[in-house]
Amino acid sequence: MIEAYLIHLLILIGIYSILAISLQLAVGYTGLLNLGHIAFYCIGAYTSALLALHGFPFWFCFLSAGIVAMLFSFLLSLPINKLIGDYLALATMGFSFVIYAIALNWTSLTRGPLGLPGIPRPELFGFVFSDNPRFLLLTLAVAIISYFVVKRIVESPFGKVSEAIRDDELATRVLGKNTFKVKSYALGISAFFAGIAGSLYAHYITFIDPSSFTLLQLIPVLCIVIIGGLASLKGTILATIVLVLLPEPLRFIGFPSSMVGPMRQIIYALILLLILIYKPKGFYGKVEVG
Amino acid sequence: MLKIKNLKKHFGGVKAVDNCSFEVEKGTITALIGPNGSGKTTVFNLISGLLKEDSGKVIFDNVEITHFSPEAVSNIGISRLFQQTRLFNNMTVRENLLLALDNEDTKLWKNLFGFNKVTEEKEEKIKEILRLVGMERFENKLARELSYGQKRLIELIRTILNPHKLLMLDEPVAGVNPKLRREVAKLLARLKKQGDTILLIEHDMDFALGLADFVIVMDDGKVIVKGKPKEIRNNKKVLEVYLGE
Repeated sequence: MIEAYLIHLLILIGIYSILAISLQLAVGYTGLLNLGHIAFYCIGAYTSALLALHGFPFWFCFLSAGIVAMLFSFLLSLPINKLIGDYLALATMGFSFVIYAIALNWTSLTRGPLGLPGIPRPELFGFVFSDNPRFLLLTLAVAIISYFVVKRIVESPFGKVSEAIRDDELATRVLGKNTFKVKSYALGISAFFAGIAGSLYAHYITFIDPSSFTLLQLIPVLCIVIIGGLASLKGTILATIVLVLLPEPLRFIGFPSSMVGPMRQIIYALILLLILIYKPKGFYGKVEVG
Repeated sequence: MLKIKNLKKHFGGVKAVDNCSFEVEKGTITALIGPNGSGKTTVFNLISGLLKEDSGKVIFDNVEITHFSPEAVSNIGISRLFQQTRLFNNMTVRENLLLALDNEDTKLWKNLFGFNKVTEEKEEKIKEILRLVGMERFENKLARELSYGQKRLIELIRTILNPHKLLMLDEPVAGVNPKLRREVAKLLARLKKQGDTILLIEHDMDFALGLADFVIVMDDGKVIVKGKPKEIRNNKKVLEVYLGE
């Protein structure tokens, strides 16, 4: 029993790691305060679920989830190109509302609030990830690959251009860099990984509905990025583990289950406040804002 | 090399640049001087694509660059230093300078698959220019940890490292101590000797007139006098504008 519970937590850590690492690429490394990240997660989950329910193999659903999310990010890049800071945050938040509204109202495709049940567990090259220990292996493998791909990008000269954009976009342009292209790529890769995280979530829970993709779901991911520290992948992983595990004891101290959710949000808010007061750069953050 | 023809830029009722025309010859240092608010930085912003002109033309190497974006202006060969320091504060001096060398770093796939390495040649280029300005020991320091003067100097050499045919420097020695000022003057003179072309905005008359081959004086958005430093030094109009005499 306890083993199954621990495996469930580790799977959540894996999925949240991918979401947080990819958000870190946009927010911490490129300075794009993207509050629409959860929309890419949603697009990935629905793409993968719909394709799987139509009989497509898992590898195809999984990759399509990332690619479709990335294509949506390129579309989003066009109108938000000249926006920065609060304006960018508002525009991307608007995008997440639009995607949520589509998931809720395009009932002929998504079944709206009824959700999509019966999403099959993944099967790769004849190997079925039917039970949770096997699914954990898949999630961890994807999380590790995501970590190293993003690490490679941020440590490459391309990552340095992204950081330059975060620090001063105009100065980067004056050095001859096409910052629109770099920002679009960074957002695209970020969206790709959010999309595949969505695919893993859909195939793990085997049921999705729009309520899993509200702005409220972004809060823990954004907290992870800030608490882990901007532009730190190590900090992001550590913060993911802390933030996923920390609210768990609530389950064992007699809180009614209806209170666990709100209490979790309160705990996130408290940790965030304490971190911002006592360690403004987060666990391993490198960026001094302002 | 650079021709400005009847450039105009108004902000509401303010004529920031008003029918401004001048030329910058290849291989020279040209100083653009004038009192505060005379439109010098606006001219720089118009040339480097940060502002859109109301009318007029900017021609560089026989190419009209009037509607070019800042990155296109840079890529055609104009490297610009801003009046305020604009270093990438959360990055090291080395990283700041590496960014200026080329644009291969914007190619995602090339970087993802490791085909764009920081070569020894690039590292040596950076070390060499840092040695030249006596800042080699700051190579791995974060830009935000530098003093103002050091930041100014690093930004200047970043502008120089950016591949260029023309350097546009907006007050490179403002707020910089006299020793550093002399070093910057030496560096600019050396660049000119190597064939560089420099357009310079400077308030320090001694610095500007000591370095420049030609001087353009602006007031109220217009060019009021052009000439050699000797002619400018005693020009009545210039004295009037600067000293109210």
